[in-house]
Amino acid sequence: MTGTSILASGSHPILNMTVQRLGLGLLSLAIVSAIIFTAVSFLPGDFATAILGRSATPETVAAFQQKLGLDKPWPQRYVDWLGGALVGDFGDSFSSRLVSTVIGPRLANTLALAATTAVIAVPLAVFLGIVCARYRNKPVDRFLSSATLASISLPEFFIAYVLMLVLATKLHIFPSLSSIRPGMGLGEHLYRMALPIMTLLFVTLAHMMRNTRAALIGVMSRPYIEMARLKGEPEMRIVLRHALPNAIGPIASVIAINLAYLIAGVVVVEVVFVYPGIGQTMVDAVRNRDVPVVQACALIFSAAYIVLNLIADIISIVSNPRLLHPR
Amino acid sequence: MSDARLREMQFWAERLRKGGISRREFLGRAAALAAAAGVGSSLTPSLLHAEEPKQGGYARFGMSDASQQDTLDPGTWPASFAQAAFNGSLCNNLTEIAADGSIIGDLAESFEPADGARKWIFKIRNGITFHDGKSLTVKDIQESFHHHMGDASSSGAKSLLSQVETIEADGPNTVVFNLKSGTADFPYLVADYHLSIMPAKEGGGIDWQRGVGTGSFILENFEPGIAVKMKRNPNYHKDNKPHFDEVEFVAIMDATARLNAFITGEVEFIGDLDVNNIALIERNSDLAVGRIPSLRHFTFDMDTSTAPFDNPDVRMALKYALDRDDVIRKVFRGEAIKGNDTPVASEMPFYFDPQPQHDYDVDKAKAYLAKAGLSSLDIDLSVSEAAFPGAIAAAVLYKEHAAKAGININVVREADDGYWENVWLKKPFNGCDWYGRATCDWLFSTAYAADASWNNTHWKNPRFNELLIAARSETDQEQRASQYREMQQIIHDDGGVITVAFVNWIVGISKKIGHGEIGGIFPCDNLRMTERWWMA
Repeated sequence: MTGTSILASGSHPILNMTVQRLGLGLLSLAIVSAIIFTAVSFLPGDFATAILGRSATPETVAAFQQKLGLDKPWPQRYVDWLGGALVGDFGDSFSSRLVSTVIGPRLANTLALAATTAVIAVPLAVFLGIVCARYRNKPVDRFLSSATLASISLPEFFIAYVLMLVLATKLHIFPSLSSIRPGMGLGEHLYRMALPIMTLLFVTLAHMMRNTRAALIGVMSRPYIEMARLKGEPEMRIVLRHALPNAIGPIASVIAINLAYLIAGVVVVEVVFVYPGIGQTMVDAVRNRDVPVVQACALIFSAAYIVLNLIADIISIVSNPRLLHPR
Repeated sequence: MSDARLREMQFWAERLRKGGISRREFLGRAAALAAAAGVGSSLTPSLLHAEEPKQGGYARFGMSDASQQDTLDPGTWPASFAQAAFNGSLCNNLTEIAADGSIIGDLAESFEPADGARKWIFKIRNGITFHDGKSLTVKDIQESFHHHMGDASSSGAKSLLSQVETIEADGPNTVVFNLKSGTADFPYLVADYHLSIMPAKEGGGIDWQRGVGTGSFILENFEPGIAVKMKRNPNYHKDNKPHFDEVEFVAIMDATARLNAFITGEVEFIGDLDVNNIALIERNSDLAVGRIPSLRHFTFDMDTSTAPFDNPDVRMALKYALDRDDVIRKVFRGEAIKGNDTPVASEMPFYFDPQPQHDYDVDKAKAYLAKAGLSSLDIDLSVSEAAFPGAIAAAVLYKEHAAKAGININVVREADDGYWENVWLKKPFNGCDWYGRATCDWLFSTAYAADASWNNTHWKNPRFNELLIAARSETDQEQRASQYREMQQIIHDDGGVITVAFVNWIVGISKKIGHGEIGGIFPCDNLRMTERWWMA
């Protein structure tokens, strides 16, 4: 294959690293799936008892378990599942729908929320971070830094409830339920998503902005910036032309972590605003012990972290090729 | 209304809530006071609605218990979201539990027993069609029951139907159930939400996947764990019903989100309202709190097959050592009705209040302990928040109450997860949350008969079991009533159950919604709120 030949020739170091990292990523996914499967197996009860609830007489439970193959020992069930997953077949959810049917629409909703938030949050965070670094220790920096410190210190559900109280319950500007449905127009979609987007902005903006500021200030203390200053370069040009390219690595990695959080970590926000995203799906599936759905969600979450971190690393290396040769 | 009348009304409302008077008595008193004052509907909206239903409107119901794993399969439906949407709106049963708890025909226009209640004959109403236009036939009914029966069945109604031997067609409009033994309550059992009638498939089985029923609403859209949207069935078999044009069941799991959705008018109804938020709703003049007496009750169950609970005097001492009023006041904020050590709720047919009411009495508790030959007693009580909401607080209060009578209760805090697998039915003294059953026979057969699979008290009283069998096939109502009276007295005097309290379904209902008396045997007006309620 071409991939291997390039790898062997070593002429494309970035491709080389990417292939290597993807391989490690797949290994991590396998480990994650094994851990999740084992953990869910150790939880008391199973899908049969969860669904039957108060009608769970022993014989009905036994019939249900047989129907779903839950009467087999869990290591065997894991091997069966892994066999399917390797060829891209994640199988049926225990509620007899395809896992992809269960997860698909929810994943699309989560990605829509993450993308909308990211489109606003990332440029804004980088811009504010630059402003803070440029006007370090000036009033604007002090104000933004303490405001973001405050918002980062508050738990997300608290921010969510405060926003809901003020903007939905008291002022009636936005709806308290982000219940989006297929067939809604884009405008209505965005209107319904307003409060979750705002909540996520508060949470992610602060983290990204503070790291941008810190990374820039770190670079700004280097001698070559002093040199640029002595040459008489304008301060804004120093920040943008000389400091920013060298600070892109750490900025990219903190952005990657926040984007992954927007996909995998927003379950609390989804629950508070009743947003039909994938986090709620996973919580629901764990409660009902719907293992195939739990596994698929876990793999999506892990894959999001692995891929986004890989992209961040590639960006760092492209912006600073010295990173390819660790000392 | 004058202050004195208002106070009197509040007094009666409070008595009603605490269970001191019946709902009918309250209605009478409230109506008398309201007539005297010329007002009153604003005070007790849920009880005094008497206006004519109006047609039209779009009602949204915020439900606490939807799940991503919900399906249209009537063998599952674990919680009120699926039950009220798919049984109560999409489908019908042969019979229906009316708001007052009585049993009436639904798809069956009449039903009668034969052969000592070993045979039940249901006459099917004429001209009923499914939502796709197909006519209802006896075949559909047979297959809808067969869906839950047989060894391979994984349905929640499997054990309920284990007594059914065969289901025969007798002409185009009659279906006959042959039972293994006489069951006078059979019409109640076929009202169970699992036993919805769905269209039969060619070659056997039912076609539940398409979501077609005979019910008051036609399924438009079902997103599991998110929402169910339905529109009015214009060909429904009940006059003028349903009243709404459209309904939507919205899944809102988070209690605060549910409350906010209700307050901001996103939904007109919310289930499972937290008692701590009642005052917040009651301050708002557009919203009302519905307190619907239910069958749900919280108990501390003693294993009567192990020491020291095998001694009836020890059981009696423990029954007298609990201050139920104190627990209701402190743990349930007054929103519960005092239990009297039977599992039978006052809305159920053949309810009887055994005497004396078991109240907190340190002297009696000590006396019974002495009668058992003990001066003090050390026992473990296993509870968790999963046992019932407030179980740990109730158990700790019980410990304080019982200590005065020389009974040392060690409250063992068990894990929430797995409580029903590892503690319930297994530990000798545990807390339990019972949803109840519509009839005495069903309730006793599930949890108090000697061979019941959920006999948490491991109680085997010969006289009780003898009466249970006798009453099951007794079709003389007087005779049956006296048998059930005696059984309730026996449980009260000898059983291993300490009933702390019965609780209400506490729900939020917007004043935009009109409704009559609300049934509490099942949640959501016996699951039929969509066809019974209207836009006021």
